[in-house]
Amino acid sequence: MFNAIDKHMLQTVAGMHDIPRGAYNIRKNGVGISRNTTANIEIKTKEDKPGIDIIVKPGTKDESIHIPVILTAEGLEDLVYNTFDIGEGADVLIVAGCGIHNPGDASARHDGIHNFIVRKGARVRYVEKHYGEGNGQGQKILNPKTIVEMEEYAYAEMELVQISGVDNTKRDTEARLHKNAHLFITERMLTDGVQLAESRILVELVGQDSSVRIVSRSVGRDNSRQVFYPRVVGLNRCRGHVQCDSIIMHQAQISSTPEIAANHAEAQLIHEAAIGKIAGEQLIKLMSMGLSESEAEETILKGFLK
Amino acid sequence: MLEMKNLSLTLEGDKGPVEILKDINIVFKDRLLYVFTGPNGGGKSSLAKVIMGIYKPTAGKILFNGKDITGLGVTERARLGIGYAFQQPPRFKGLTVGELLQLALGKDKAMKECSLLYDVGLCPQDYLEREVDISLSGGELKRIEIASLLARELKLAVYDEPEAGIDLWSFSRLTETFQNYHRMHDTTIVLISHQERILSLADEIILVADGMIKEQGSRDVVWPLIMEDACCNCRDACSEGNEEIVQCHR
Ligand SMILES: Nc1ncnc2c1ncn2[C@@H]1O[C@H](COP(=O)(O)OP(=O)(O)OP(=O)(O)O)[C@@H](O)[C@H]1O
Ligand SMILES: [Mg+2]
Repeated sequence: MFNAIDKHMLQTVAGMHDIPRGAYNIRKNGVGISRNTTANIEIKTKEDKPGIDIIVKPGTKDESIHIPVILTAEGLEDLVYNTFDIGEGADVLIVAGCGIHNPGDASARHDGIHNFIVRKGARVRYVEKHYGEGNGQGQKILNPKTIVEMEEYAYAEMELVQISGVDNTKRDTEARLHKNAHLFITERMLTDGVQLAESRILVELVGQDSSVRIVSRSVGRDNSRQVFYPRVVGLNRCRGHVQCDSIIMHQAQISSTPEIAANHAEAQLIHEAAIGKIAGEQLIKLMSMGLSESEAEETILKGFLK
Repeated sequence: MLEMKNLSLTLEGDKGPVEILKDINIVFKDRLLYVFTGPNGGGKSSLAKVIMGIYKPTAGKILFNGKDITGLGVTERARLGIGYAFQQPPRFKGLTVGELLQLALGKDKAMKECSLLYDVGLCPQDYLEREVDISLSGGELKRIEIASLLARELKLAVYDEPEAGIDLWSFSRLTETFQNYHRMHDTTIVLISHQERILSLADEIILVADGMIKEQGSRDVVWPLIMEDACCNCRDACSEGNEEIVQCHR
């Protein structure tokens, strides 16, 4: 069913060596090509627009959902709306991710709009990897939009990774957290060549004792450009921490603007942002252990983006 | 085994060039233990960095087993068997203690990361997976730095103030450890230190001050000179108003 390129892309963006266990939906070049549901996880095709509804029954434990998207042809523009409904007290892993293998000179583009509702006491781990490759001039463009509503005592971890080869990305993430909800977002980004990446995050801490932590790490190489704009708004007694850390190399440009806003006297919000080159001491330490300069550089970047 | 001939070092400071090392001449012999000591800012770390190839000398030569290595970079010297444990080791976001030691060990080594950690007094279970980042304490980081040198089969190992931040009780065990390790590979050791206990381990003490080698010899010869120097300087500099604190041991 899958050719070699498909397999390589699925492995890269979703860690899939084979058909995954549990629920899955695989989308290729704009159409769903394979799907599995389980007793607790339902996947339905939307009727009014492209996309799927993923419904996880309350209390579902230790199940996973893989929903990778791959594009392997040039000139495609794929727009998809996915809705996730994670039932009360459920605990699941969702592996998303999008890979574009663009063989030609026309651009290939995927815009994924994800809506999450994480219900009372539910826990979700969401992993999204973006990757592009291809020999032609065709651009690989990915514009994900993620909207998360977290009910009381809900917990979510979101890992947003752009590995390499994406020419242009505009990433938009929004979350609203209610009472005692906790969200942890980690973002990893590497750009090179003349790539462009923009990431906006807005987290509203609506409920009492809700909390969010955003850790963004990026590496900008060559002539690439990155813009980060993470915002946390505290509307109640709550805690928020934004940490942006970038390594800048060559002629890259990085702009990082974390913003915090509090509308409540007991909101505790912190932001930190740093941009700098690889520390010379780190390179020298690794070289003094016998690594060449480029091996040392690679080791440092790999660790930083892990 | 390592020889420095008429070596000097000038670095570019904030206010123009600064002469850091002046006409250094040293010959290290195989398997001996040397201690560099001397006042803060005297040039000990700079000398170590010149040995490792981190600083390029402005004049003079460095020979390693008869071969001129003055032009070699850090990586090449490391591959010849020279190692340097930093006075202030850098931290790495995302790199674990286990991964760092793996890099130091190289491939296919019989020695294991966990025995190295054990030997520097850190419980492998607690540390292998930890990142070498700001979460480590100063003493933990120094111990890992020492382990990263023990991991390698070195001909010359330079430890820059290895005792700094390490509680003295553990340190006596630690000095034994690195003597044992280096005996295995016939390593020449250079310890940079201000500690009398470490000075007493030395086959030879080298007193570095004002960028020069002021004295070189056995402990019995050099130690009294160091004491004398330290006392008189401080009496001259700060006797006023501090009379009770300043004591001369002479
Ligand atoms: N990269 C540099 N640029 C400018 N000056 C430097 C540099 N490195 C060292 N120095 C200066 O050279 C002198 C010697 O420094 P060095 O670090 O070698 O001293 P040290 O003997 O190791 O001192 P300590 O006992 O405090 O570690 C100092 O005055 C220091 O300020
Ligand atoms: Mg020093």
